[in-house]
Amino acid sequence: MEEQELTQEIKPPANTKGLGRWLKDNLFNTWYNTLLTCLALVFLFFALKGFLTWAFTEAEWDVIPANFRLFMVGSYPQEQIWRVWNAIYILSVLMGLSAGLWGGLVLRFAVALSGVWFISALLPVELSTRGWCLGAIAMIAVSFFLGRGRTSLRPWILGGWILSFPVIMVVLRGFGENGVLTSNWGGLLLTLILAVVGIVVSFPLGVFLALCRQSNLPAIRWVSTTYIETVRGVPLITILFMGNVLIPIFMPGLDINQVLRMMIGITFFSGAYMAENVRGGLQGIPRGQHEAAQAVGLNYVQTTLFIVLPQALRSVIPAIVGQFIALFKDTSLVSIIGLIDLLGVAKSVIANPDWLGLQAEVYLFAAVIYFVFCYAMSYASQDIETDLGVGKH
Amino acid sequence: MRKFLFRVSALILAISLVTPLLARGEEGILDKVKNRGRLICGVNKELPGFGFLGQDGKWKGFDVDYGRAIAAAVLGDPDKVEFRPLKAADRFPALQTGEIDVLIRNTTWTLTRDTDLGTDFAPPTFYDGQGFMLRKDLGVTSLKELAGATIGVTAGSTTELNLADTTRSLGIEVEPIVFEETETLYQSYDQGRCDAVTSDKSQLVSRRQSLKNPDDHVILDVTISKEPLGPVTVHGDNRWNDVVSWVVYATFFAEEHGITQANVNTFETENPEIKRFLGTDDGAGMGKKLGLPKDWARQVIAAVGNYGELFERNLTPLGLPRGVNKPWTQGGLLYAIPFR
Amino acid sequence: MENNSPTAVSEKIPFWRDVRVLRVLFQVVFLLGVILLLAILYTNMLSGLRRLGLTLNLNFFQDEAGFGISEGISYDPSDTYLKAFWVGILNTLKVSIIGVVCATFIGLFFGIARLSSNWLIRTIAAAYVECFRNVPLLLQIVFWYTAVVAQLPNIRESLSLFGGAFINNRGVYLPSPEPTSSLTIWLWFLGAGLLLAVFLYVLRWRQLQRLDRPGFRAKWALPAFLIVALCGWFLTPGSPFTLDLPVLQGFNYQGGMSFSPEFSALLIGLSIYTSAFIAEVVRSGIQSVVKGQREAARAVGLKEGQTLRLVVLPQAVPIILPPLTSQYLNLAKNSSLAVAIGFPELLGIGRTMMLQTGQSIPVFAMIMVSYLVMSLTTSAAMNWYNRWITRIGR
Repeated sequence: MEEQELTQEIKPPANTKGLGRWLKDNLFNTWYNTLLTCLALVFLFFALKGFLTWAFTEAEWDVIPANFRLFMVGSYPQEQIWRVWNAIYILSVLMGLSAGLWGGLVLRFAVALSGVWFISALLPVELSTRGWCLGAIAMIAVSFFLGRGRTSLRPWILGGWILSFPVIMVVLRGFGENGVLTSNWGGLLLTLILAVVGIVVSFPLGVFLALCRQSNLPAIRWVSTTYIETVRGVPLITILFMGNVLIPIFMPGLDINQVLRMMIGITFFSGAYMAENVRGGLQGIPRGQHEAAQAVGLNYVQTTLFIVLPQALRSVIPAIVGQFIALFKDTSLVSIIGLIDLLGVAKSVIANPDWLGLQAEVYLFAAVIYFVFCYAMSYASQDIETDLGVGKH
Repeated sequence: MRKFLFRVSALILAISLVTPLLARGEEGILDKVKNRGRLICGVNKELPGFGFLGQDGKWKGFDVDYGRAIAAAVLGDPDKVEFRPLKAADRFPALQTGEIDVLIRNTTWTLTRDTDLGTDFAPPTFYDGQGFMLRKDLGVTSLKELAGATIGVTAGSTTELNLADTTRSLGIEVEPIVFEETETLYQSYDQGRCDAVTSDKSQLVSRRQSLKNPDDHVILDVTISKEPLGPVTVHGDNRWNDVVSWVVYATFFAEEHGITQANVNTFETENPEIKRFLGTDDGAGMGKKLGLPKDWARQVIAAVGNYGELFERNLTPLGLPRGVNKPWTQGGLLYAIPFR
Repeated sequence: MENNSPTAVSEKIPFWRDVRVLRVLFQVVFLLGVILLLAILYTNMLSGLRRLGLTLNLNFFQDEAGFGISEGISYDPSDTYLKAFWVGILNTLKVSIIGVVCATFIGLFFGIARLSSNWLIRTIAAAYVECFRNVPLLLQIVFWYTAVVAQLPNIRESLSLFGGAFINNRGVYLPSPEPTSSLTIWLWFLGAGLLLAVFLYVLRWRQLQRLDRPGFRAKWALPAFLIVALCGWFLTPGSPFTLDLPVLQGFNYQGGMSFSPEFSALLIGLSIYTSAFIAEVVRSGIQSVVKGQREAARAVGLKEGQTLRLVVLPQAVPIILPPLTSQYLNLAKNSSLAVAIGFPELLGIGRTMMLQTGQSIPVFAMIMVSYLVMSLTTSAAMNWYNRWITRIGR
């Protein structure tokens, strides 16, 4: 909300004052502001000049298109790539339908996504890829018009989103030896899978732990507090190392592959942080709400589900989305354990003797991808906040 | 509340009953590989000659070929193997946790590793020693002159320990820089982050080729350790270790007796031991004793050739001499145990 | 908790419907369940270890480590594993403490810059914050290490600053102060200055209390101390410190103090990443103090500095401190990402120990306990400081 106010301040009120006036008000209102502005301009000039010179004359960006497939899907086999596209199509249809039904934020994301596919199709890629891209746009567009105005579909679409999660996992993995082994998942695909699984599973886990920590049964409270504080006291990377080495020792006989072990580690870690965020919301619920709910004859489960949680979660949306963003960034740690996620691909491209000395280009590209996703999430969070009127006094 | 309580207790009871059941699956690795129809082999991905991923996306190298040989022996097809690239620091955990069936990643056999790390070794496939590589223009010819130098090593290797031992016995101090990945070690060396690198001599020879100017670098004529490199299996599965060991012996045996990839299927002999080896004479049932098909050794040789062929195909192009890695009949250290 | 019995006569309720009994029973069952689960995991672990032929003990900590560590307090490969572990802990503390200081200053700077009335400054600060907090820290550290620090010139072509400091791809070499024999004399001067300062501080405090008005308590003490210290420096025969300059000798620079590339990259990455979060914490903390408060303070005649010190900060600091603490803790925990670039901190050394001894479980336990102790003491200390400062503020 502060961002909002800022941007509103930034906009020059064009109808009353001119550009000159705005400059005077915002850049040169006092002598030290004038000095600061000049210093900042000089700094900006040199920084931008240096960066742009490097980016347009020295940098060798060939490394990105040459390894683009690796960045996106890692060593996912070419002949099975339709699986990824099928997963994208499932999401596109849901996205299009939701955009038609809800409009607003979802619509903006759908348009942005179509834009990305459109640009991808314009790039010099294989013909089949171009076809897939255009298909994705078509999917979004068609389902958008199908979904438009059919408000009665809303619960079905929500169900569809929930159902799409296991379906997509199955589509990506296939069955048995004929499918795609998780050890072949890689690149941005793996990063996204880890993040989505982490978010989807750690959220309920966090809510559950938070409720346990607020419970009036001491034993339950202690156990959950111990868990939350222990996990929050240690770095994620130690938990991932432990998950990698110790899960097979603790659970012999169960064939838990490395990707799954990382998912477990990330989820358990993020769950503890999520619990603390949710607890913040729970503490803000006045005692009267519980009492009122009990007075109208709701039991504990009903009170929690219909009265307490909706209010508690609403008030902590920014914190929860912040945790989602942190989780998304944290998935990059699996590259230390040996999975080839987006950062892992970047590392292996740099290690490739054909592309020596291109660290800056490769890491910048990876950084931009991470940035786009994180920024999109925080943008969405701000939008939801304004919609719900959270934080407005 | 009571219903709830009942449900919770039932759930806990169920968990406690089910968990031991889940923990039961204790089949041997040999059966696991056969059921899976695929061998999982941990290898190096950055060591040309031993294990690396070629430009065409195919795994190549001396260690990789031993992985194929095991797959050929167990499953009758050298392509039924999945290679998992591992860093030096990740290799033993991967083995202990059952992520890989066998580790063939230029791993040195030592007493501690044989006992404390929960691993068992098969016979060494390559006898190596630790050396040093540095820039020619430094003019260094002996280790003593390296006092005060910065020296790069790989994390979790025996070379890390040997370096400390050697400098201590020489009474000099050096600054060790530990790198997680082989690739970064040599890149950093090339950029001048360290004055010298120390590793197995075979690795130094192999990696020197990929430096910017290979001729600017020299490998010192000193060997500070014994590095017997061989396949590793997890401790406690002796049947599986037997299989891996005898695949290695089979390559030694074939070279001793002149059996090659080309002639293995047409090899004519009256020598009963060779007959047992090739599985043409099923009298003694060598394969059955190992839990393998009777023609397992023939499959191994048909897939990758004998030891000499393996060496010539993978290591000779790097310029590595055979040295002690010759059959005992020619004065080397390779000695196949009798097939009896 | 279906408590629908009217509870007219509580004795008549059979115990299996008595909520109090059920509560206790439920908790007992729950705890038993947790214990059972842990016990199952424990036995699984033991049988797994037995299968691998491993034993679980801590004796190896007394064994000779045998591996070298490139930086930290003096350590030799012939020292024990315990010593090696201690070197790791100290390295973690070192990078965390320096990182916290740097991140706080950078974060404060950008946090205040985000509230500047100058549009350009505000926008640059916002861009800084958004860029650095939306990119994974690990990526940033690896970037600084491989794309920046490693690309510095070779040791023979070091960049030199003022002839005394050198920067190359093996690290940053700076002159370090070395105490001389006249240091003791100067220390006497310092002691005297300190006594005088304490005396003046108390005097000024009394005066302010008597006048019943706000003011800077160290107004007399600070300059007095500085003057004494400075006089002492010049009066002492010979300077109390000499500068030890780094000199290229043999393979490396000797003398002075140095920071390795791994340390530098880690420190830059940690400080910048955390500072972006601290900037946000500072900004929202200051913004939470209502604008009217500031205007009112100016209206009653407080100067700009006094407004900040007496009105804004006392209200903002208690709001800022808890999130600031958690950022500090995050920084300390994130220092474990050094394993990716090979700085020998706690986790990195622990990992080497695991690989050389095979005792992963005890080493993991030690690492976890060390981090837990660090986290818990820091948050305890910050909580204490928070309570202290809120009491002072009232």
